[in-house]
Amino acid sequence: MCVVCGCNNPEEPAAGGAQVDARTGDLHFGAGAARVSVPGLSEARTLRIEQDVLGANNQVAQHNRAHFHAHGVRALNLVSSPGSGKTTLLCATIRALQQQHPELPLAVIEGDQQTSHDADRIRATGAPAIQVNTGKGCHLDAPMVAQAFARLALHDHAHEHGHHHHDHDHDHDHGHDHGHHHHPQSLLFIENVGNLVCPALWDLGEDAKVVILSVTEGEDKPLKYPDMFAAAQLMLLTKTDLLPHLSFDVQRCMDYARRVNPGIRILQLSATTGEGMDAWLDWLLHPDAIEPTSVQTRIAQLEAELARLKAGQG
Amino acid sequence: MPRVRRTGGLAWAVRNAGSRSVHELSLAGGILQVVEDAAAREAFARVLQLRLEVGRLAGVEVPALRFALDAIAPGTLLEGAQVLIDEPPGRAWCPGCGAAVEIVQRGDTCPACGGYGLTPQGGDALRVLEMQVA
Repeated sequence: MCVVCGCNNPEEPAAGGAQVDARTGDLHFGAGAARVSVPGLSEARTLRIEQDVLGANNQVAQHNRAHFHAHGVRALNLVSSPGSGKTTLLCATIRALQQQHPELPLAVIEGDQQTSHDADRIRATGAPAIQVNTGKGCHLDAPMVAQAFARLALHDHAHEHGHHHHDHDHDHDHGHDHGHHHHPQSLLFIENVGNLVCPALWDLGEDAKVVILSVTEGEDKPLKYPDMFAAAQLMLLTKTDLLPHLSFDVQRCMDYARRVNPGIRILQLSATTGEGMDAWLDWLLHPDAIEPTSVQTRIAQLEAELARLKAGQG
Repeated sequence: MPRVRRTGGLAWAVRNAGSRSVHELSLAGGILQVVEDAAAREAFARVLQLRLEVGRLAGVEVPALRFALDAIAPGTLLEGAQVLIDEPPGRAWCPGCGAAVEIVQRGDTCPACGGYGLTPQGGDALRVLEMQVA
């Protein structure tokens, strides 16, 4: 038991429902036993339940969130279509952070249905990574992230060094927000399963969802998958070095994204050329900085209102 | 212990879902979990009728959810249960109209003024409302 926050000992984390790779600590879900009914008899009656189906997940997600905050961890849930270049972007991001902020601890939880190829790519950068294979599952859920986080060195590191702001005189109950957002002590990237539908529904306890859209995809993806773009705080428009070869309309794509999520922040970058990477790193490290695009968003809203008034006159 | 059937249950359904996008299957598993938790508290053996609320903005395909519930039901408390699904419409605040309006999905324009920038306010819940049990 961790004395600081009461979480499980990271050397002996529970792996409920998952098979554990002894060498890497990777987790493999989707091999559990079928549920069976409980025998018994009683009178027919109606039960009023009114219970959120995702309530059990959301409870674990809230626990994760409090746990991350207690350890000074800023957690980002990266979502996109398959093949958008999440892992390449993540590797480039890690290398840039290692150069500019070598003291900042980083870790990655890699979600895929099968293989540990992505975690291997992350480990090649020197950053610790845990692969979570969901089996047939199309998304990560909060309990998977809880188990994976318990196995990460980020957890140990925070235990050793990161508790200047904790009160050690009494048991820590995970219930406090220490305001560490201003200066995250470490970053946890959670790369979700490549899928723009399902991961929108599952809270993992992250500080923000980041939706990645590469310019080789359709510019109307925000309209096709509105739930995901509505759930994200930040949209990263990636592979912008390829724009000269494509007919991708950046402005239209951004308009679509703001249509489903008026408050979404949008950054453009290329992991290949490095263009735009600084703004992305800045957002990672200073999440509370004032958003320069908020004025543009307000202008766009007013323009829409003006158009509406004009249409009303015509 | 009751014998595990060759078909039925969440794990069987997940194994047999093929390449389909299966988040409705996970949700069906969540629904079964809610039912099983209730059974542990209230001591019942089966569900006769299950009433769910799936808001139009909940991000859930109702036919897929029905398929998933059918797939996991055999061998569980949900076997043979009638499933009723309420689908309340999506509601959103339109800054242009200064009023709440009805929308079909996120990103829709306001049906009254045609404006964008609506903020969803309701119709995004996914809940187990009530059960008739025995």
